[in-house]
Amino acid sequence: MQRLNTPFLRGALAFGLALALWQGVVWVSDVPHFILPGPGRVATSLWANAGVLAEHTRFTAFNLLAGLSAGAVLGVATALNLALSPGARLLLRPILIFAQAVPVFALAPILTLWLGYGATSKIVVVMLVVYFPIASAFFDGLMRLPAPLTDLAQTLQARPMRRLFLLQVPHALPALASGLRLAVVMAPFAVIVGEWVGSSRGLGHLMLMANGRGQTDLMFATLIVLAAQSLVLFAGIERIAKGRRKAH
Amino acid sequence: MIGRRMTGLHLHGDLWMGGARLIRDLALDMPAGQWSCLLGPSGIGKSTIARLIAGLPGPYRLAGRLAAGDDLPLAGRVALMAQDAQLLPWADLVHNVTIGARLRGTRPDLARARALLTEVGLAGREARRPTELSGGQGQRVALARTLMEDSPLVVMDEPFSALDTVTRLAMQDLAARLLTGRTVILITHDPLEAIRLSDRAWLLGADGAEALDLPDTPTPRDWRAQETLAAQAALLTRLHRPEDAICSG
Repeated sequence: MQRLNTPFLRGALAFGLALALWQGVVWVSDVPHFILPGPGRVATSLWANAGVLAEHTRFTAFNLLAGLSAGAVLGVATALNLALSPGARLLLRPILIFAQAVPVFALAPILTLWLGYGATSKIVVVMLVVYFPIASAFFDGLMRLPAPLTDLAQTLQARPMRRLFLLQVPHALPALASGLRLAVVMAPFAVIVGEWVGSSRGLGHLMLMANGRGQTDLMFATLIVLAAQSLVLFAGIERIAKGRRKAH
Repeated sequence: MIGRRMTGLHLHGDLWMGGARLIRDLALDMPAGQWSCLLGPSGIGKSTIARLIAGLPGPYRLAGRLAAGDDLPLAGRVALMAQDAQLLPWADLVHNVTIGARLRGTRPDLARARALLTEVGLAGREARRPTELSGGQGQRVALARTLMEDSPLVVMDEPFSALDTVTRLAMQDLAARLLTGRTVILITHDPLEAIRLSDRAWLLGADGAEALDLPDTPTPRDWRAQETLAAQAALLTRLHRPEDAICSG
């Protein structure tokens, strides 16, 4: 019994239970399959549309990763700049706080208007959405160097740049990891919103199409692919964060 | 050791914290190459004096004069060893000991760092991280880092007060041996520590610093010796205030 208690088996068990519950609801309620298709139908659709799904997934996943990377690079660069320069803090911080109050999702229509229906507008939406949590979490970490280390840097006559990269950055890495975790939760939302506002490709587009044609089973299949994509992303970030911690 | 010039330290005046005066008429002349010890009740401003000498910021103000005996600026010539070992949890011991050079952008002397780690009794542990060390071992690393700086003035702000009694005695012997020849300002609330290590000692109070009598024996003084124990008993009698016992009891 003890040997069966592995994370994989626990996950499989929970997944199986959810499937059974789903199928149970379909049987008991007897809803039409275009309202709630059973797991069997969705699986069939997933198999039958594998090629289409793969093609749209490539588009969405690329935009997701491109936006996430751009947002992360920009967020890290902003945090480093703010930490190094009191002048930048004075000027940029109020702007950052104000910008954070703007719901970036609501900017998606404007970005689509400006940048068109292609990949760019989606990448920019994702980038803007992940930028703020990464920048603010990392900046917070950089500014919270414990007092004993602040004193140490001062008595050892540290240069500001060296202090930043030798003390503040290593100390802020766990904070950066939290920012990244938040970012990867928000990024899949952002990319789908971007595609819903206007796109001719991608999983969000595929869902809208399936909805219009009453292909509820395909909508569910797309949803499962989206969920799988998010899980892979979370797992990837956890791996990076763990690797970092070990390297510490 | 080469190139390091010994210097004493003079601290005179009134010490203010915000709008309140902590100590007035301070007159401390700390001789070059010796251990000077500041004792006093908590809250009197002992750590503030440590920060003042180390050039660290705070809401304090000295209405008076702080100067090195050779009248050269203090900046860059004071090393601080605090109660917190100030170690970088993500770096190994060699990196921790050489952090000063790296923070200043100069080339760290790794061979010397290893030699100092051996001197403080941490040979073979160079690749460990501070999280794998005990409190006493952490202070040994801090001592090695302080020695690495090769500063003529060393301020020690209750460096051993978080350690157990036996470890503390061992660290006192080690510090006394390795810091020989430097001007050390030791801040402590431990009477035995003050008596074991000091060449000069003062008891701080709101009305100034009062010089204490110390045994004529060389430091570090044997904690079993009659003179040490007698001096400790005399100092404890001075520090003991019956009203405190009533309040806390």
